[in-house]
Amino acid sequence: MSTSRLGGSGLRLAYDRRVVAEDLTVAVPDRSFTVIIGPNACGKSTLLRALSRLLKPTVGAVLLDGADIRRLPARAVARTLGLLPQSPTAPDGIGVAELVARGRYPHQGLLRQWSPDDERIVAESMAATGVDDLGDRLVDELSGGQRQRVWLAMALAQQTPLLLLDEPTTYLDIAHQIEVLDLCARLHEEQGRTLVAVLHDLNHAARYATHLIAMRDGRVVAAGEPRRIVTAELVEEVFGLPCRVIEDPETGTPLVVPAARARVGTVAR
Amino acid sequence: MAALTLLTVAVLSMAVGAKPIPPGEVWHALTDRDAAEYAVVRELRLPRTLLGLVAGAALGVAGAAMQALTRNPLADPGLLGINSGAAAAIATATALFGLGGGTGQVWFALLGAAVVTVGVYAVGGGRTATPARLALAGAALNAALYSYVSAVMLLDAAGLERLRFWTVGSLASADTGTVLRVLPFIAVGLVVALAAARPLNALALGDDAAQALGARPAVTRAAVIIAITLLCGAATAACGPIVFVGLLVPHLVRALTGPDLRWLLPYCALLAPVLLLGSDVLGRVLGRPGELQVGLITAVVGGPLFLALVLRTRTARS
Repeated sequence: MSTSRLGGSGLRLAYDRRVVAEDLTVAVPDRSFTVIIGPNACGKSTLLRALSRLLKPTVGAVLLDGADIRRLPARAVARTLGLLPQSPTAPDGIGVAELVARGRYPHQGLLRQWSPDDERIVAESMAATGVDDLGDRLVDELSGGQRQRVWLAMALAQQTPLLLLDEPTTYLDIAHQIEVLDLCARLHEEQGRTLVAVLHDLNHAARYATHLIAMRDGRVVAAGEPRRIVTAELVEEVFGLPCRVIEDPETGTPLVVPAARARVGTVAR
Repeated sequence: MAALTLLTVAVLSMAVGAKPIPPGEVWHALTDRDAAEYAVVRELRLPRTLLGLVAGAALGVAGAAMQALTRNPLADPGLLGINSGAAAAIATATALFGLGGGTGQVWFALLGAAVVTVGVYAVGGGRTATPARLALAGAALNAALYSYVSAVMLLDAAGLERLRFWTVGSLASADTGTVLRVLPFIAVGLVVALAAARPLNALALGDDAAQALGARPAVTRAAVIIAITLLCGAATAACGPIVFVGLLVPHLVRALTGPDLRWLLPYCALLAPVLLLGSDVLGRVLGRPGELQVGLITAVVGGPLFLALVLRTRTARS
C-alpha cells in the first residue's frame, strides 16, 4: 500500500454514549481522491469528522503525519488539512471574494496581516473553481452550484495538501453535481492534492474515486480501487441492494444498475 | 467621516440644555475657568457627554458582538438577559440594602450580568452551546428577570422612586465619578471584543468551518461572552437598561462596512455614541424646559427602525 499522511487504527467513534464505530482502521493514500460511501447512518460522516479533528475518538487517535491530530495546534492542522463541512453558513451580505478570502484565516495572525500573496492565492482559487467573474456578487444571490464552487474556492484558498469534503454534492441538481465532481477531479489531478469526500451516489463514487472506502454499521467492508472492489456482491453486502455491475460506457469504471423490482406472479396483460 | 459626526454630536451635547450655549463657545466654556458657563459645562454636560460616548460604544460593540456570536441578526444585549440580570441585581440590592448608586451599583450590575451569562451558557448547553439554544435560554431568563424587577419595584415604593429614571435609561445622573467607575470595565470589554473580531469572522461560517480554519470556537465564545458581560453590565449600571442601541447600530453600520467584524466592531464603537448622544440631545430639546430620558427616545426612534429592518429582511429572504 502507498504511503499515507492521514489515518488511524483501532478507532472507536461515539457521540456521547452512542457508539458509531468500533475498532475502525482507515488510511487515506497520499495524492488519492478517496471517497467514503455507505448507507445512511453507517458512520461515514462521523469518520470524516474524526479525520478532520472535529470529533475526538474515544479510543485510538487519528494520526496526521504520525502525530495525534487532537494534540497538534489548531492552526498548524488548518494549514495542512482543510474541510468543507456539509452545510457551512455564509454571513448575510458577504461578497464572493470576501468569503473566499476567509480561507486565508490560518495563514494570518495579529502580526501577519493581509498580504499580496493572500491576494494572489484568493484570485487563483477563484479562477480554479471558475468563480473569478463573480467576485463582487453577494453569496446569497448565487445558485446552489455557484455557491458550492465558492465554498470550494474558500477551502482551496486555505492551501492545504489535504482537503476533506462532506457530501459536497448534496442539494445540487445532477448537472451541478457533475460540475462539482469534475472540478474536484481536476483539482486532484492538476494540483496534486489529496481529496477525501463523503458521497451518497455510488456511481459517482465509482467514477471519480481513485480509492474507495465502503462502510456499513461502522465497519469498513472494503477499501481499494473502485475497479477492483465494486462488485454486485459488495453492493449487496453494503447497501443490501441486489444489482448488476456493468462497465460505465463513458469511463470504463464500474456502473451499478439496481435489479428490477421482483414481480409477484405473472404480469397481467 | 464617522469621527467627524461623533465630534459634532459631542459638541451639540455640550451646547444644548436648559441653558443653551452657542456651539462656538463650548470650547471656551470648557477651558476657561472664568467663563460664565464653566460650571454647567464642566460639572454637568461634560460628564454626561463622556458617559454617552463610553456607554454608547459599549452598547454598540456589545450588540454587534452578540449578533455575531449568536448568528442572530435580531440579537441585542437584552436577548441573552444580560441587561435584565444587571437590572435585577441592582433592584435587589436597592430593595434589600438601600443601595443608592456609586461603585457598589457597578459591581452588583456586573455580578448580575455575570450570573445570568453563566446561567444562560449552562442552560444553553455549555461547551456545545448552539446559537439557537443560547438565544432560547436567554429569552426565557430575560422574561423571568424582567418580571422580577417589576415585582421588586412595585413592592418597594422608595426604591421605585430612586430607580424610576434609571429603569428607563438616562444619562442625566452622570457625574465624573460615574464615568470613571465604569470606564475600566468598558475599556477591557472593548479590547477583548475587538481582539475577537478575527476569530468571530471565522465563527460566522459555522462551528465546523471555523474549526477547519483553525479557530477555537469554545475559546472565542467564552472570551466574547466575558466582553459582552463587562460592556453590558457597566453600561447598565451607569445609565440603566437602554434598548435598541445595541440592536440597531450594528445593522446601520453593516450597510457601510459589510459583515467583516474587523471593520464592523470599531465603526460600531464610533457610531453607537452618535445615536445615544443624539437621542439624549433630542430628549433635552423635546422635553423643554425639563427633558425626556434618553432610553425613551432610543425606544421611540428605535422601534419603527427595528420594524422597518424586520420587514426588509423578510422581503429580502422571500
